[in-house]
Amino acid sequence: MSTHSIPTPATGSPASDRAAKKQFLHDAAEHVRDTGHRAFVRKALGGYYTNRDAQKARYRDWEQARDAASLAKWSAVNRLDELLPRFVEKFEANGGVVHWARDADEARGIVLDLLRKAKAKAVIKSKCMTSEEIHLNAAMEQDGYGVVESDLGEFIQQLRGEPPYHFVFPCMHVRRDEISDLFGKHLGTPPTDSPEELTMIARRHMRRLYVDADVGITGANFLVAETGQISITENEGNARLTVALPRVHIAISGIEKVVEHLDDLAVLLPMLATAGAGQPMTCYNTLYSGPRRDGEVDGPEEMHIVLLDNQRSAILADPEQRDSLHCIRCGACLNVCPIFKNVGGFTYGTTYQGPIGSVITPHLRGLADWNHLSGASSLCGACTDACPVRIDIHHHLLHNRRNAARTAPNRWEKLGHKMFVTVASRPWLFATGGAMFRRTLGLLKALRPPLMRDWLATRDLPQAPARSFRDQWSRR
Amino acid sequence: MTTTAASRRDGSARETILARLREALRVPAPLPHLKSHASAPQPAMTNGTNGPTGTHGLPQLTVLPEQAARPWLPDGGDTPAERLAILVENLGKLRALVHRVPDLTAAADLVGTLARERDWRQVAWHDHPLVTPLRAGIPCGTYEVRPGSFDKSALEACDAGITACEALVAQTGSILVSSATCGGRALSILPHVHVVVATCDQILSTLGDALHFAKSQNGGRMPSMLSFITGPSRTGDIERILVLGAHGPKELVVILVG
Repeated sequence: MSTHSIPTPATGSPASDRAAKKQFLHDAAEHVRDTGHRAFVRKALGGYYTNRDAQKARYRDWEQARDAASLAKWSAVNRLDELLPRFVEKFEANGGVVHWARDADEARGIVLDLLRKAKAKAVIKSKCMTSEEIHLNAAMEQDGYGVVESDLGEFIQQLRGEPPYHFVFPCMHVRRDEISDLFGKHLGTPPTDSPEELTMIARRHMRRLYVDADVGITGANFLVAETGQISITENEGNARLTVALPRVHIAISGIEKVVEHLDDLAVLLPMLATAGAGQPMTCYNTLYSGPRRDGEVDGPEEMHIVLLDNQRSAILADPEQRDSLHCIRCGACLNVCPIFKNVGGFTYGTTYQGPIGSVITPHLRGLADWNHLSGASSLCGACTDACPVRIDIHHHLLHNRRNAARTAPNRWEKLGHKMFVTVASRPWLFATGGAMFRRTLGLLKALRPPLMRDWLATRDLPQAPARSFRDQWSRR
Repeated sequence: MTTTAASRRDGSARETILARLREALRVPAPLPHLKSHASAPQPAMTNGTNGPTGTHGLPQLTVLPEQAARPWLPDGGDTPAERLAILVENLGKLRALVHRVPDLTAAADLVGTLARERDWRQVAWHDHPLVTPLRAGIPCGTYEVRPGSFDKSALEACDAGITACEALVAQTGSILVSSATCGGRALSILPHVHVVVATCDQILSTLGDALHFAKSQNGGRMPSMLSFITGPSRTGDIERILVLGAHGPKELVVILVG
């Protein structure tokens, strides 16, 4: 077993987004050097590749399934102004209450209001990335509400005081002995190196909490316009329990989660599971359409949904990148990304890590401060190939680079390009420059001028050939 | 904040967001890059005309009706025998336990055997033509979940819960339960073991069939919860190693009658 230990990232948003790039470069360099961590992450993902390929092979045509999933999301996202109100109308007719939040602050205010009205004493929560996006837990704790994350990975991260490392596998970077120590410290349990025993510790700890909680908070994977149902996908059963036992259910969802037909889920649910976790279906896929009905045994008395914009409408307004709202948060693009696997999840400093996070974060939090994520890519396109809804992820990274260059041109970059054009378009100048470069290469290596120092820190310059290619060609 | 202020705030947030969406969608987006061959689902107009008729003059995309069968997803079987075979195979891979019995008397005996083997002290059930007769075989205490007298602590103390289901899905090995006909929301998730009793004619081919079935059963008014259960509860959160029984049932027992 490796002995690496991952430094704790700054939780929440950095004090200033200006610091984001500096933080990224620093953390990336640190993680890349940590071969133990890289090996650990690679090993954790090894089983995923095997299972995903086995499950994909069960599809009679995976590419056609991707087409259908992509079309279902395309047609919903491009008619969001029509389908979102349709969902809301149905949801309200089913007895649910809808709340609209323009931004994170408004969403937090709505949830805190609901907790106050419910006189909440204990809150249980199932995995919900939109709540991470709006930093809900911190706001709830500040207002004195105890909240427990029920998803095992999120629970471990909550105890560690860290955000999720990966938005589907929140604690994939944590070793079992670290979890054993963590549980020992917080729950007083004896040490064990068995993942099963560790899981059972969390299971036993959580059961009373489900029964005692008066409010359950969840996310939503899909909002079905046709029926007004919300769909929640999970493996552990913690979301099912969170929505079955407390008196009030609050779901928080991005506005882009709408699909038109219930039938669309016949494609999207299996593909979410296969692409994201290499499963045929996630263990529990549950549709909720309101509070307990007359004649039903149990369930909450109230069901609320918070519909969160928080810059999603700004992505919608960009037709070129609108398809990034197709994202079903399966995590497939992270799992295949060479950058993610080498720099790790925390380096991004974002709620949504990996390629899709690099695409949408500049929209959510400002291109000027987050454009460096567009460079966190080898442009290999593995993310685009892995995406079950065909988001053109790696091209969008290029689009963001282009947009950043347009809105805030870098003078030095422009000067450099101008110089290159001047030299490359004049053969005599190119030959002279080349000859000079060949002769001074050894000197550059020795002097390590400031502009080349970072580059040379992890690389070496090649030996300069005695004669140029043009020279060799003309004498052949 | 008063309710009026809250609703006023929501009201204006609603208007602002919807106005943003309308404004954002004024410029149409390019169609997605579809890569598969000619038989791929092609964009079609839902109203059968050639003209763009959606909001803002956008074409309303849908999948052609002949694609509803979705011959590219995993197979769910065409005949009852195929469906049964695929279902049993998938449930096995998911590590659910499948038992086939000829009738409800045999099912009751089986539940009795399970209870003795696993040393159950309390078993929860709900009133249903497939579940109620099984009580005869249970050698220990029972707890009936019933509207109006539900006690979550009593259910939490149960070792197993027995429910009916709405349908079974061969394609994915899933069991569809609803809050209306399967003992509510908690019975199939809170006890450590979930026993499902179903008949073989409840097996449907695909997930699409099951969603269609749920809609047709409930005539537009869905039960407050519909859940597709695909194997016993599981997690891979610790080093991506599979562990069964994270928060939901550790064991899923499917009893197929007939």
